[in-house]
Amino acid sequence: MPDPVLSVQGLTVEFKTEDGIVHAVTDVSYDLFPGETLGVVGESGSGKSVSVMSMLGLIPIPPGKILSGQALYKGRDLLTMSKKEIREIRGGQVAMIFQDPMTSLNPVLTIGDQIAEAIQVHHPGTSDADARKRVIHLLEVVGVPSAERRYDQYPHEFSGGMRQRAMIAMSIANDPQVLIADEPTTALDVTIQAQIIEVMRAAQQETHAAIVLITHDLGLIAELADRVVVMYGGRVVELGDVYTIFNSPRHPYTVGLMSSLARLDMDQEWLKPIPGQPPSLLNRPPGCSFHPRCEFSQGRAICRTEIPPLRGFGEGGAHLSACHFAEELAAQHVSTAPVGAGDASS
Amino acid sequence: MSQAETMLAATEASSLRDPSEILRVEGLVKHFPIKAGIFKRTVGQVQAVDGVDLAIRQGETLGVVGESGCGKTTLGRTIIKLLEPTAGRIIFEGQDITRFKRRQMRSVRRDVQIIFQDPYASLNPRMTVREIVAEPLRIHGLYRGGEGKRRVEELLRTVGLSPEHANRFPHEFSGGQRQRIGVARALALNPKMLVLDEPVSALDVSIQAQVVNLLVQLQNEFGLTYLFIAHDLSVVRHISDRVAVMYLGKLVETGNRRELYETPMHPYTQALLSAVPIESPNMRGKRKRIVLTGDVPSPANPPSGCRFRTRCWKAQDICAVEDPELKPRGGGSHPVACHFAEVMKPLDVVGQAAAS
Repeated sequence: MPDPVLSVQGLTVEFKTEDGIVHAVTDVSYDLFPGETLGVVGESGSGKSVSVMSMLGLIPIPPGKILSGQALYKGRDLLTMSKKEIREIRGGQVAMIFQDPMTSLNPVLTIGDQIAEAIQVHHPGTSDADARKRVIHLLEVVGVPSAERRYDQYPHEFSGGMRQRAMIAMSIANDPQVLIADEPTTALDVTIQAQIIEVMRAAQQETHAAIVLITHDLGLIAELADRVVVMYGGRVVELGDVYTIFNSPRHPYTVGLMSSLARLDMDQEWLKPIPGQPPSLLNRPPGCSFHPRCEFSQGRAICRTEIPPLRGFGEGGAHLSACHFAEELAAQHVSTAPVGAGDASS
Repeated sequence: MSQAETMLAATEASSLRDPSEILRVEGLVKHFPIKAGIFKRTVGQVQAVDGVDLAIRQGETLGVVGESGCGKTTLGRTIIKLLEPTAGRIIFEGQDITRFKRRQMRSVRRDVQIIFQDPYASLNPRMTVREIVAEPLRIHGLYRGGEGKRRVEELLRTVGLSPEHANRFPHEFSGGQRQRIGVARALALNPKMLVLDEPVSALDVSIQAQVVNLLVQLQNEFGLTYLFIAHDLSVVRHISDRVAVMYLGKLVETGNRRELYETPMHPYTQALLSAVPIESPNMRGKRKRIVLTGDVPSPANPPSGCRFRTRCWKAQDICAVEDPELKPRGGGSHPVACHFAEVMKPLDVVGQAAAS
């Protein structure tokens, strides 16, 4: 296996609030390998965004505080870099795509000039003419029609889908090694989402960047990710190859999440929700954060008293689960994967 | 006779006096004027809803799906007259309520309640849960002392909350619990029908399923009729008996859920279904995927003829000239508004990737 391009080790982030300390991210570790798409999935408050944003110096400190951990980008720790150093990496070798392009684009600059600026900040020697040429090429890569004319338009003249394309063009402007996409299609309609999925594929082909795809949408993960990190209550609860996670999950939360989905392709009499409410990060349950909602724990004491470590399974230990009884789950669990589950994974 | 009426006469004559029908909408139009200049002259119309016909039977769920800006929310609000219709008729339990004034609407409002998308914005943060749930009872003069208190507690139990929650404020609850409070409030007056506008889209997946199950259970228990408006095609399939697909102010296809999901005939319905990512990596590249080009046109200036034609891969000259009627076509049993309607099965496995 090649060296990871990004390696997060033992990351713990807290926020001080009036109500107490919010344990947003606790002891999170994962690697991102060159060229892969790593899906980070979880519900609101699971820590999926904070874990990534804190690496890039994008959380407010205070109230935020990084208690421990490392985020090694090509061997250098992003968490100990100066603001100047991290600015050089951010938007250059590590770029971002956000959920809402309207709030992340500058309304008083033309689309083209903004992307050109992003290039010139990281490559000060670039002439305006060269930058313009490159921007037009990028707009074509992401499928903005009549790129030449669109260059001189302002964000408000772009539709939601077109703005997201422009954001993606900006994010790949400096040939990033790592592309972080935080809910990139959540604000978009399904037919536009389908377009943006294609654009993300095109962008990855153009740059060979490794993508971290942060989303709550399991459909998007199934469509795009190579490997998946499942987060719950600020911790990683399961990690593995996308086929393994969907076809043979080994954490009761992942199993519950998949089973709770309404299905597009078949009629169901009742949905199967996960009972209870997500944990409060101010006051997480002791032991496994999922135990109050877990139908599998069956009141066993260890679930309430001991935080289950993330343990490896199967060949090479590439599949990790943080459940005390993951082996039992493996024996009992029948695949929850929707349609085509009988097909061999390609 | 308007086009809509002709169509109704032609296609639904048999159900015109269906006694089980609770709501009927004929040729419903809602335009919003666009004002400009210092004199606020009307310079155009946003044609949010433009000639919708539908009927809902007692106890059934009609799902309305469509993307943002298609007019589904405006449709829901116009049907219960939170917005005044521009044209058309709304008939509730055999009574034409289109021109009802506020006072006359009071009795209708008891029977038809609405639940909104955002449980964070639709509950008054300064009121306790008890006050929120009791408010409709008080407005209609039905809240009386101990009995009213018992009724509120009963309602909370009905939606899966405990009576002890009555003295708390909305901010003390999670999104799913807040939506339950909204449902309890909507049920307070024993309505016959609920208009549910994206009731679960603000909730996390695992919580969505709880609220959807609650809605189904309440429907079974109280014989409620639902108009369920949403953009999530999976949730709509699960909860609906019949489904209507909306595009740019018009219904383009209606049918029972089997017909609509298994044998859709309108290109837009087909594109919509094919675009939803399925939660299984095993399905990668094994479904036909139709990626539509372009964006939805502005409802202030919709295309002539068929409104979908500007994004449609089947469009021909006739589509720009003639607005296709919503009627059964091409040997199909359910109404579809397309000159070139034919069955395609976007959910079927088609082996290796087809056209994209």
